[in-house]
Amino acid sequence: MIDTDTIAAISTPVGEGAISIVRLSGPEAFQIANYFFTGVELSSVESHTFHYGKIKHPVSGEIADEVMISIMKAPKTFTCEDVVEINCHGGFVSVRRILEMVLEKGARLAEPGEFTKRAFLNGRIDLSQAEAVMDVIESKTDQAMNVALHQLDGRLSRLIHQLRQQLIETIAHVEVNIDYPEYDDVEEMSHEMMEEKSAYVLEEINKLLEVAKQGKILREGIKTAIIGRPNVGKSSLMNALVQEDRAIVTEIPGTTRDIIEEYVNVRGIPLQLVDTAGIRETKDIVEKMGVDRSRKILEEADLVLFMLNNNETLTEDDRTIFKTLENMNYIVLVNKVDLDNRLDIEEVNQLTKGHAVITTSLVHDRGIDQLETALSDLFFNTEGVDNDTAYVSNVRHIHLLKQSKTALEEAREALELAVPLDMVQIDVRRSWEFLGEIVGDTASDSLIDQLFSQFCLGK
Amino acid sequence: MSFNAGEYDVIVVGAGHAGCEAASAAAKMGAKTLMLTLNLDMIAFMPCNPSLGGPAKGIVIREVDALGGVMGKVIDETSIQMRMLNTGKGPAVRALRAQADKPLYIQKMKDLIENEENLTLKQAMVNNLIIEDGVCKGVVTETHAAYYADKVIITTGTFMRGKVLLGDIEYESGPNNQRVSKALSENLEEIGLDMIRFKTGTPPRVNSHTIDYSQTEIQPGDEKVQGFSYETKEYQRDQIPCWLTHTNENTHKVINDNLTLSAMYSGMKRGTGPRYCPSIEDKIVRFHDKPKHQVFLEPEGKDTEEVYVQGLSTSLPEYIQHDIVRSVPGLEHAEMMRPGYAIEYDSIPPTQLWPTLETKQIAGLFTAGQINGTSGYEEAAAQGIMAGINAVLGLRGEEPFILDRSESYIGVLIDDLVTKGTREPYRLLTSRAEYRLLLRHDNADIRLTEHGYQLGLINQERYNRFTNKLSDIDDGKEMLFKKIIKVSDEVQNILTNARSTPLKEAVRAYDLLKRPEITFQVIEQIIGVQSFAEEVKEQIEIQIKYQGYINKANEQVEKMLKMESKKIPQNIDYDDIDSIAFEAKEKLKKIKPISIGQASRIAGVNPADISILLVYIEQGNIKRKAE
Repeated sequence: MIDTDTIAAISTPVGEGAISIVRLSGPEAFQIANYFFTGVELSSVESHTFHYGKIKHPVSGEIADEVMISIMKAPKTFTCEDVVEINCHGGFVSVRRILEMVLEKGARLAEPGEFTKRAFLNGRIDLSQAEAVMDVIESKTDQAMNVALHQLDGRLSRLIHQLRQQLIETIAHVEVNIDYPEYDDVEEMSHEMMEEKSAYVLEEINKLLEVAKQGKILREGIKTAIIGRPNVGKSSLMNALVQEDRAIVTEIPGTTRDIIEEYVNVRGIPLQLVDTAGIRETKDIVEKMGVDRSRKILEEADLVLFMLNNNETLTEDDRTIFKTLENMNYIVLVNKVDLDNRLDIEEVNQLTKGHAVITTSLVHDRGIDQLETALSDLFFNTEGVDNDTAYVSNVRHIHLLKQSKTALEEAREALELAVPLDMVQIDVRRSWEFLGEIVGDTASDSLIDQLFSQFCLGK
Repeated sequence: MSFNAGEYDVIVVGAGHAGCEAASAAAKMGAKTLMLTLNLDMIAFMPCNPSLGGPAKGIVIREVDALGGVMGKVIDETSIQMRMLNTGKGPAVRALRAQADKPLYIQKMKDLIENEENLTLKQAMVNNLIIEDGVCKGVVTETHAAYYADKVIITTGTFMRGKVLLGDIEYESGPNNQRVSKALSENLEEIGLDMIRFKTGTPPRVNSHTIDYSQTEIQPGDEKVQGFSYETKEYQRDQIPCWLTHTNENTHKVINDNLTLSAMYSGMKRGTGPRYCPSIEDKIVRFHDKPKHQVFLEPEGKDTEEVYVQGLSTSLPEYIQHDIVRSVPGLEHAEMMRPGYAIEYDSIPPTQLWPTLETKQIAGLFTAGQINGTSGYEEAAAQGIMAGINAVLGLRGEEPFILDRSESYIGVLIDDLVTKGTREPYRLLTSRAEYRLLLRHDNADIRLTEHGYQLGLINQERYNRFTNKLSDIDDGKEMLFKKIIKVSDEVQNILTNARSTPLKEAVRAYDLLKRPEITFQVIEQIIGVQSFAEEVKEQIEIQIKYQGYINKANEQVEKMLKMESKKIPQNIDYDDIDSIAFEAKEKLKKIKPISIGQASRIAGVNPADISILLVYIEQGNIKRKAE
């Protein structure tokens, strides 16, 4: 809050423009950027200079992007603090990866309006702008909170709550040993018990992070409708994109029951897949198009994946769909290319008017790569994917999960060194607090509540 | 109607654990102080358990002592048993607990108060306050004596509109059948303070002669006795043990069969009781699957046969209490000398107080102790000394003395009270402190003696001893840092015997001490015995061994203190700030936080509100500069 730390955020609208910028501000801005930068030593350069290099993770060797870095030393900067701007390629993937890296190195994800706030508090903005700053903080927070709440129903939040419960029971157990040392109803928590409990939670956090890496917990994304005639392979496509673990795929209740929405991450691009599976089988598709629901799906879709069957000829219905799709972003998939060709590819190419046409054989796992390439091409050249808040709060979640994990790992190191449990506890508690920040609950009062509901204490 | 009975600087109403600290601190700081109590024979009376200290609370006594308070000194003189708890855990949670000789404690405290210069002690019932233009100017007693002072500290504990509940019996009373304070409570309400009903309880006492100790387990004191006070040089010698027994299914049956007879469960009681101090009927109801509960038998003093039956706090009728007591092994023939009871009383929601414990409503009026919704003698003492100090600083027009959460449990306690309030009698727990590792038993003097000295509550002799200790600690650490331990058979042997791993190469003694299993004594086996005092060695060991954790905590503290140092102007108009959420605005208006740090701890005030508040305050600063 009061500004001793270094903050970072993506300062350009995601998905727009050829360049994306990750901005860092604070005392460690240079140090953090330097850690990943392969170009010149940033600590020795002049202020207000621009440098070419790569952003590379020094441990994993992963290269996030080629970048230009601008270095601006305090106080002649927007925030009056040391500022670094990492200019990378536009789009989603690099900028997100770079942000993740700098957060990993100790930067904190900026709160809404925080750069502006710092600028103001450091005397950089004049009085007339103060109201505006407050409004920005207010509105951005509302927005962020809405998104956060929206993202937090469902599995993730349940899982986090469950992990927190595990941790707080452990914490309360240690606390009761401390505050009521003569209370003999509960055995003294041992290093082994603590080790076991923390191992479980750590494993679960790791799983979550693994999932996060694939982007599947990114809860907002490009609304993508899959349409096509029955048996053309829509479900297979969905499954292929969702890949292995269906259990983590979220079904959102309360919208339209027979429409399944799934969230996948294709090369860093979050897609919210809308399968029309439930409304497809009984009647033919064109007739269904008249139904409000499916029309609504199409109206709301940012992107349509239109599937055709290589083994069947083009029907009048298909042509009607092509018409409907005019002025929309879509990709045509010609599936079942392993079967005999009965589809007039010429005509399809004509109807698509330059939109991508991918041939696939989903039962043989063919064509998914091409589809993914087409998707990312489309994405990076498309304007208007503007849901930056959703994306940011996801990074926030991942970041908090990582912090929680680190704290737990430190606790486990201490356990191994036979450090007294009340000190190991410090890190366990931090881990619990980080998880709490994900679900918006950090009140330490809940520990006291837990203490007295779990144990029978008194005089 | 009333007559002018005298003029003072500070008046303390009540002579319990809060009152004694408040009055003695004020007097020591040079203020002409008057202390009024209902009953001169009950000064610093312990109406409930005969023990002081324990986790968190024991550390509070050390803190009060480091500031120059009296509780530690008196308990060291009057204890019948001392135990250091949590010795098997880390240094942060170690805590001393004493069994007190109750009558002796009263006697010694009275003696100390009576002999305090600048302090006048009188027996009187205060009925109302003298308020002029919203400022407290004194008090009037029921005998119409008007005492005038610019600062009044009320420490009336559980006496205000106290009501004892025992089975179907209910009568107005302070604890232990003392007179109840009614008029004052009504007066406080009249002058605009909100009141809330709280409840607590106490178990029966039995006659020691009628206990069959052979059926119980002995709980002796420590062999090596320590004291609370940094001034105590000789410690209590003949210790008296406590004894442990348990309830059983018979006990639980008696209780279950008669639950409806409990004042607690018959719907008579309206006050909120503490969860951490439940009655035995509460325990049986809430944890009905537990086959037994612990019962500690604690002597109330050397020259009394009364034994406190810890664990059987109850408001069931006396004849049921009798059956309950007799169902417990060792108590089959026990004679109950006093029954347990529940007591309900008025307290003041502490969010009505500034962090100095002065009321926001009435300038010059302070409240401290159980009246502020806390429980426990130690919590009361802590508030008492802080109220006493701040009353005098207020008189002098000096900056208030507010301890933060990183330097003391006292700070945690008061900040919790005035910032969050409490919905049940508040008890300190180590888990309430974010920086527990910094708030240790062993370093209370290092944290607070300087303050005590600056305030004039610590004498020069003690202060010199303290500064010598500090320089010894520094010398010792430097010595260990310079001392290189080389690999030798002797060293490897010593390490193996200490269940440590042998050295691979030469190492600084300092770094060797960081190993969890290596104590200062092991180092001394290697480098020879050092001439430092034991407490210095202990301090050196803790500081070195836990340096990593301590540094981590200090980093967090630094951030916290930055927030604390951003003060909120007292004349701030929250209604003028449009962007702050409604709920947050209401809370801020009520609590009136003095700093951004305090504001950020208010439930319902979120980080965005804090950001806006910061910007708003900064805006004001710029405006002022421009004008």
